Amino acid sequence: MKPFRAIVSSLLDSLRDLLPIILVIGFFQLAVLQQPIPNFGEIAIGIVFVVIGLTLFVHGLNMGLFPIGETMAYSFASKGSIFWLLVFAFALGFGTTVAEPALIAVADEAAKVAASGNMIEDDEKARASYAFGLRITVAVSVGFAILIGVFRIIKGWPIQYLIIVGYIGVVIMTIFAPQEIIGIAYDSGGVTTSTITVPLVTALGVGLASSIKGRNPMTDGFGLIAFASLTPMIFVMGYGMVV
Amino acid sequence: MHILTDLFFTIISTIWDVLPIAAIIFGFQLAVLRKPIPNLKKIITGFILVLLGLGFFLEGLEAALFPLGKLMAQQLTDPSFIAHGDSEKVLGWWDYKWVYLFAFAIGFSTTIAEPSLLAVAIKANQVSAGSIGIWGLRIAVALGVAIGIGLGAYRIVTGTPLYWYIITGYVFVVIQTWYAPRMIIALAYDSGGVTTSTVTVPLVAALGLGLSTTVPGRSALLDGFGLIAFASLFPIMSVMAYAQFSEWTAKRSKNQKT
Repeated sequence: MKPFRAIVSSLLDSLRDLLPIILVIGFFQLAVLQQPIPNFGEIAIGIVFVVIGLTLFVHGLNMGLFPIGETMAYSFASKGSIFWLLVFAFALGFGTTVAEPALIAVADEAAKVAASGNMIEDDEKARASYAFGLRITVAVSVGFAILIGVFRIIKGWPIQYLIIVGYIGVVIMTIFAPQEIIGIAYDSGGVTTSTITVPLVTALGVGLASSIKGRNPMTDGFGLIAFASLTPMIFVMGYGMVV
Repeated sequence: MHILTDLFFTIISTIWDVLPIAAIIFGFQLAVLRKPIPNLKKIITGFILVLLGLGFFLEGLEAALFPLGKLMAQQLTDPSFIAHGDSEKVLGWWDYKWVYLFAFAIGFSTTIAEPSLLAVAIKANQVSAGSIGIWGLRIAVALGVAIGIGLGAYRIVTGTPLYWYIITGYVFVVIQTWYAPRMIIALAYDSGGVTTSTVTVPLVAALGLGLSTTVPGRSALLDGFGLIAFASLFPIMSVMAYAQFSEWTAKRSKNQKT
């Protein structure tokens, strides 16, 4: 009976996570827009799917993503090769971002903006190459971000100084970047970090900080995601200025 | 049952997204670290669970919540709803009050359901030995996102430049960093990036698009962006505020005891 009860309770947890969305959408549909809920059956099946999915995800997180991130952090720390650790950090940031669906969508939007602003020619080929260039730019910037973030953990620098430098970079780029690109650039910071990247990168940072002597996993281990959402803003504005 | 075939394709595309990550991890493990992975079976099972979980999660959202939420964003921003059928009426920013409330509520509720935030909250709870609560962090982040998206909707309606808000926000973050407890700073900066993924982005993008196409004088291409930027900035402040508040209450109860 015990495993059964554990499954039920974790399903209930997931349902509770989902409840606010259901309430918000229900309230606006019934009370504000005053319309009935369409396709009730399909929505109910969908909610069951979301609840099952969230439960499986959380279990898989604790079984797979967290342990592998930490194991690799320990192995790199005991191997003692900073070079390979930094190569790994860059590869992880680049590889997880370049195929990110949200980024592909944003890059296509950005190409349309650039075409309507006469920054590039408005045909299929020019837009595709602009979007591809943008994707590579963002992926390189995220790889660079994770690399810097890992280096910070090794050195134990306080995060706020690096972040403030990043903010100043964003402000300076905003002054010089073409107006049309600013909105997309600011948004690109948020969309780059996907649901699989976040747990993996977090586990890597925390694992590194706890295996290096003198580092505190709480103050030093977090912060990789922060870099990964800051550098794309700078790099995308730079891309807008160059292309 | 076309939902099952859709589910199948969603899982396939999730596998496709995970392949580069798996290749990097196993490539480095075998070629650079040259060590067998401990508990390999368990880790592979974990990866499979994550894949299946994300597949179900995305397909469920796609079938149930996204269509309704996106339609709702369109209807709420529709001028005929906002002006109550009075087409002569000149709309002021306050006529969009339901839009702001929707933006706030959808920002809060989607963030609570965001799997990557849950992952970071679990990790922060483990690392801080329980002093950072899973729910405390999630609610702090969700409030930040809610305020961010609400303000972002107001910005699209009024048409003020995005960078004023963002740069002012940066100044606040820097000042607050000086006064916030040291242990929270890195986590607070992280929570800006983790909030916006699978659940939040599609709904928020629909809201931005709906607003910028219907508000007179705005263009979808130029003004539709920026909500995500708001949603990644405000949680930094709300998480630091949460830590400052917990520190303050802890101090106060200590003073009362002595």
